[in-house]
Amino acid sequence: MSHHDARTREPGPASVFAALGDRTRLSLLTTLADGQARSIATLAADTEITRQAVTKHLHVLEKAGLVESSRVGRESRFAFRPEAIADARSYLDEVSAQWDAALSRLRALVER
Amino acid sequence: MTDRIEKTIELAAPMDRVWRALTDHTEFGEWFRVRLDGPFVPGETSRGHITYPGYEHVPWKAEIKAMEKPYYFAFTWHPYAVDPDVDYSGEPQTLVEFRLKETARGTRLTVTETGFDALPDHRRPDALRMNEGGWAEQMRNIEAHVAP
Repeated sequence: MSHHDARTREPGPASVFAALGDRTRLSLLTTLADGQARSIATLAADTEITRQAVTKHLHVLEKAGLVESSRVGRESRFAFRPEAIADARSYLDEVSAQWDAALSRLRALVER
Repeated sequence: MTDRIEKTIELAAPMDRVWRALTDHTEFGEWFRVRLDGPFVPGETSRGHITYPGYEHVPWKAEIKAMEKPYYFAFTWHPYAVDPDVDYSGEPQTLVEFRLKETARGTRLTVTETGFDALPDHRRPDALRMNEGGWAEQMRNIEAHVAP
């Protein structure tokens, strides 16, 4: 399943959850959720925070796999990556399924 | 989407029986599929090995947070830490809580696992708190916005 492509190690779900746990990052993601890539300047213009802070938050999101950047001329554009959300969800589904299995074994133990 | 897992089951067994299955390390190991080195002690680290087929290489490690007989048992651990090549010690731990309640038929057991996003609830901005819809709700909105 884990095939080693040259880019980066698959970020863990923890980094996705941690990246989401911030109001500014969430609002950046909400803006980007329309699928349109935007520059840092455009994103900073939409919010009350500095370009520097926007850059910092975008890098956290990028490390977690929630956005990806591409270069257009001299500037970087950032776009939302919905796959990261889907991965985090399927991770939680897996943990949830493990609990279901464990609790049915618990039931078998205490009800026998 | 949620950063919290909650399960409630009704068990046809008295509370003290369920309590023992949860907190006796041998019984816990039987249904949780882990072989533990020793009994659970609040405030101490519990160690052992997963016995789930295919995951025998995985060590079990949890910090026992509370044992309030026969109502409440809690520990923290690294959920689903099954890759032996990954050092999970820097990753956030989740809190697993078992709550027991007596019912006419036996025991109602509620299990919650929280903290997947590594932020304690009190440190979260108000807009992100679970009980106000939280970021789970916002992520649903984001997903709804994304063109299929």
